[in-house]
Amino acid sequence: MGSRASLLLRQEEIEEIQRETGFSHNQITRLYSRFTSLDKGQNGALSREDLLRIPELAINPLGERVVQLFFLEGEDEQVNFRQYMRTLARFRPVDPNQKNNKDGVNSRDKKLEFAFRMYDLDQDSRISRDELLQVLRMMVGVNISEEQLGSIADRTILEADTDGDQRISFEEFSKAMERSEVEQKMSVRFLD
Amino acid sequence: MAILINSAVFLWGFSVFPFIVSFTTVIIPALSSLGLCKVYIDCLEWAFEFATNRIQQHDSRQDLNGNRGEQLPDNNIDALKDKNSVAMIQEEERTTLKKVRSFGTLRREFELSDCYHFCRQGIEAIADDSVTKCFSAAELPSWNLLTRTNTHYEFVSMRLTILWVIGFLFRYCCLLPMRFILFVVSVNIFLMTTAAIGLMPNSRYKRHVSKYVSLMCYRILARAFSAVVTYHNKENRAKGGGICVANHTSPIDVIILACDACYAMVGQVHGGFTGMIQRAMSRSEAHIWFQRSEVKDRQAVSNRLKEHVSDPDKLPILIFPEGTCINNTSVMMFKKGSFEVGGAIYPVAIKYDARFGDAFWNSSKYNMIQYLLLMMTSWAIVCDVWYLPPMHRKEGEAAVEFANRVKHEIAQKGGLVDLLWDGQLKRMTVKEDFKKEQQKEYSKLLKVE
Repeated sequence: MGSRASLLLRQEEIEEIQRETGFSHNQITRLYSRFTSLDKGQNGALSREDLLRIPELAINPLGERVVQLFFLEGEDEQVNFRQYMRTLARFRPVDPNQKNNKDGVNSRDKKLEFAFRMYDLDQDSRISRDELLQVLRMMVGVNISEEQLGSIADRTILEADTDGDQRISFEEFSKAMERSEVEQKMSVRFLD
Repeated sequence: MAILINSAVFLWGFSVFPFIVSFTTVIIPALSSLGLCKVYIDCLEWAFEFATNRIQQHDSRQDLNGNRGEQLPDNNIDALKDKNSVAMIQEEERTTLKKVRSFGTLRREFELSDCYHFCRQGIEAIADDSVTKCFSAAELPSWNLLTRTNTHYEFVSMRLTILWVIGFLFRYCCLLPMRFILFVVSVNIFLMTTAAIGLMPNSRYKRHVSKYVSLMCYRILARAFSAVVTYHNKENRAKGGGICVANHTSPIDVIILACDACYAMVGQVHGGFTGMIQRAMSRSEAHIWFQRSEVKDRQAVSNRLKEHVSDPDKLPILIFPEGTCINNTSVMMFKKGSFEVGGAIYPVAIKYDARFGDAFWNSSKYNMIQYLLLMMTSWAIVCDVWYLPPMHRKEGEAAVEFANRVKHEIAQKGGLVDLLWDGQLKRMTVKEDFKKEQQKEYSKLLKVE
């Protein structure tokens, strides 16, 4: 529980994570507590089942996609604490005081990249019509027919695709999302 | 085997019986009426304050080196106090999906940015969620000098460590043996007296005696855990022919409620020690024990409850509708079974002060014996019990709505969060239907040809 968790997280590790992700000391220890409470097997890493056990995530239509994006970074079936923090760090709010945040871990670009990867199922840096259809199906369930979904997908690709290859690349995606207020909407305020 | 152990303990207990009985029934109440309890609690509070200050100083020294980017200007303690009611993430207005009315229809076109909403909700749920929190002990605003609640297991200061060592010795060498003796004594008294009462013929006198004996036994048992309970609104106590419902945090809830009034218990028949206690209880009063096979049959359960409730001479039934132990920060879904039976419902709210000992039983982490040991080595079990006025089911009200209404009252009185989630999520996965609901809601927003 509480005491075991902090015993396993050394000061140097906390400082490294602080440098890498920008979370404060308290936020890191708090999230470490959370990490260990999710880790039912007590083996220092989370599996997909550990994450999908959270009821509010299990009922999220895109819950499985979000979980999948945690697993992109490291070895396939386990997420350790560093990877966990790196992914969560994407959602830190953008600090208005920091002018040059272009390369930060929670920059606008990184947030857009996360959203892009939600759609890009095979990770080939292009969103194809099929992939878009699959994600749309996840979001609407059985409530919209195949043809209607198809026309939504076609229209979306038509609007975003500028180089005519019938797929959406990351640049096209960024351009289309210019006015989508990504910094506000893809940010979570972590309490200290 | 159980009989052998019990008789050995019994004989030992018998030999020191007079001493212990006088100790428990005369000296301790005398001490507590002298305000010993209050003094004890005040000392503990002072120690907790001291511990918190030390830790705070230590932390602020640490953070001077660290990143000051998002430090909240508030005092850490205030932020911590709100921790259990406010999530780890500040709940801003939940970004609802943009609802732009398009000409002609009330829907809007799909946009690629629609996934933001689900991403954000997903990440929020991963960083903190309101359900899994309920199944582990709540964090405390200040350290209470028990290792089990320590999240700052670093060497903070010499004085603090000394205080902790003193506390440790006191708890394990002074309190634990005393409490254990009390526990054994009370169980023995209970077994003897219920056997004696069982031999009496059924009459009003028998019920009278049984009531006093049961109160006495439970009170001694409560002393075994150093339970300091404050009862509010005693005029609303449950009467015969009614059902008493309460929020469930630990098995000790039963002892705490039974110290003040007598109830008929409901439960599954067990073997071994628990079974022996159950049989002993049934000798003096009518309780409802179900066979395993009967538990599955909801109609049978309902019938037996109705039968008991229709007899005003029998004691009110005590039921915990959540069905499982929750960590005392929230109240989870009440199962509707007990609300279909009819009769008056007497709600009771129980709120523990976790500083002196967190009574929550995390059954996936500790078994019963470990849990009892933890309870006996805490400082004390301090709690408030509020008796709420009786509630009846309204005309045409569904059992589920009635259950929610009662739950809401209990949550409000006890200062607990009212959740709609099912406590069984501790062990099982959530139903697909909820996801389908979300998908349906989202699809309603989209404009389709």
